[in-house]
Amino acid sequence: MADLVVRDLVVGYGPVRALRGVSMRVPSGSIVAVLGANGAGKSTLLRAISGTLRFHRGACRGAVTLGDRRLTGLDAASVVARGVVQVPEGRRVFARMTVEENLRAGGLGRPRRDYAKAHDQVVELFPVLRDRARQRAGLLSGGEQQMLAIGRALMAGPTTLLLDEPTLGLAPLMAARIAETIKEINSLGTSVLLVEQNVAMALSLASHAYVLEVGEVALEGAAADLRAGDEVRRRYLGVADAVEGTLETRTLSRWS
Amino acid sequence: MTTFVELLVNGISIGAVYALIALGFVIIFKATEVVNFAHASLLLAGGYLVARLWPLVGFWAALLIGVAAAALVAAAIEFLVIRRADVASHSVLAIVTIGVDIVITTELTRQIGTDVLAMGDPWGSEVVRFGGVTLAETRIVALVTAAALITAFLLAFKYTGWGVAMRAAAEDAETAALMGVRLGRVSMSAWAVAGGLAAVAALFLCVFPTPGLDRSTSLVALKAFPAAILGGLDSTTGALVGGLVIGVTESMMSGYQNDMVFLGRGIGDVAPFLVMLVILLIRPAGLFGTKELARV
Ligand SMILES: Nc1ncnc2c1ncn2[C@@H]1O[C@H](COP(=O)(O)OP(=O)(O)OP(=O)(O)O)[C@@H](O)[C@H]1O
Ligand SMILES: [Mg+2]
Repeated sequence: MADLVVRDLVVGYGPVRALRGVSMRVPSGSIVAVLGANGAGKSTLLRAISGTLRFHRGACRGAVTLGDRRLTGLDAASVVARGVVQVPEGRRVFARMTVEENLRAGGLGRPRRDYAKAHDQVVELFPVLRDRARQRAGLLSGGEQQMLAIGRALMAGPTTLLLDEPTLGLAPLMAARIAETIKEINSLGTSVLLVEQNVAMALSLASHAYVLEVGEVALEGAAADLRAGDEVRRRYLGVADAVEGTLETRTLSRWS
Repeated sequence: MTTFVELLVNGISIGAVYALIALGFVIIFKATEVVNFAHASLLLAGGYLVARLWPLVGFWAALLIGVAAAALVAAAIEFLVIRRADVASHSVLAIVTIGVDIVITTELTRQIGTDVLAMGDPWGSEVVRFGGVTLAETRIVALVTAAALITAFLLAFKYTGWGVAMRAAAEDAETAALMGVRLGRVSMSAWAVAGGLAAVAALFLCVFPTPGLDRSTSLVALKAFPAAILGGLDSTTGALVGGLVIGVTESMMSGYQNDMVFLGRGIGDVAPFLVMLVILLIRPAGLFGTKELARV
């Protein structure tokens, strides 16, 4: 187990600067949240860590390290082999493949003997994935697809899990369910870097949080402090109303 | 009636061989989104090696080497050209493959000259009779071999880790990479498999009743393009159905061309392309395809 450290990360998509010198740390075994408005650079940060910027014609400077090993410059598959696995924004399940095949795809990089164990753990965490094993993933509901996306990533046996807006577009009950699962995964020893727009949920799970604003860390601190103060509200939500009410309207507007 | 059965079986047999070529074409397209116009030259290279080597090492060893070499050449094209080429568009890469095709084909036709090379196969011009139906042994072997290879491929595609990785990469390359799939390996293996299948197809295109391999063999291979396209460029099922449609059409049209003189001589050679055009007019993505040709 090792800390995931991001240092002075600068990312550009051609002339567009998406990150301008971002540094953060995900201590081993912790949950760290990254908050930020649309376009703040949250997904870009995860792409830079996972080595998938090239799929978007992006390039990065700076360093991402896991313990004493550098991740920057590695291709995506090698980052996965180091134990850093991402659940991408919008779930991105393989819609034309069955649920079971999706899980299999997640475990492709691992030795055969680890596969059965990982599979048991995943279907225990998400029994619905066993019930729907032979169904095409594209036919699952949004919540089920999110569970599949997380399950698929767990098949790779991550030591650090990167989650990009896992509750996006989910009803409150399902979002709460996902939050519970994240806690459970973390309690088994996996570090989590959680990108979220659901501030309340993210801050309740995380021990530490960063707020991104147009490609820079505008604010960071212990989650409890951020929850107590109104700094997050002012900076990120841009309003001073009661947090709960504001969150609800934001969530609703995202559904449309 | 017996003529009809003979034509039908011969059509299915040659169609299965076209399907081998079309399948390779489709695998490459699925794995790399590149339309591989160098496919016919891979086929010619494999066939050429078999024809040159069998007098030295015997037929079976020559066939093995031919298949392996075609697979290797294909993998090399992927590694040296497709992977290095840092170009935005897949249509540019398709044009690059035309260049590769010209280079390989020109060199091979120079080597072949005006010769017609025998393949040294053990079946020769033997025929088998079932009732009144007479079939060449080569056609039966071609059918059985192609069917076995296609079945093996489809099973591997469905059940092995390689197949799952291929399908995942074909559906969403970025996410497949996020799951640890090594895209480079996937695409190189796709090219290699396609090259190997093309070499096997080369053998069956050049044995009896064809006199042998000559410089026009790669033109014959071109008939598999309509097979792949009418089936849908990204559909393995489409490649099979397309191959059979083309094979049977060609066989029937050639067999009955005396009854269809109004269509002109040599309709058998044109028929595959006519069928393709008609099907594309009705279904622009091909029979089983999901991506329209316009996207290529
Ligand atoms: N492929 C791309 N090409 C060019 N610019 C991009 C690309 N992807 C993102 N950007 C730009 O980079 C910036 C950060 O985008 P990013 O997707 O990382 O934001 P985000 O915080 O994840 O937003 P959201 O909450 O909407 O997902 C934005 O200005 C966006 O327009
Ligand atoms: Mg995002």
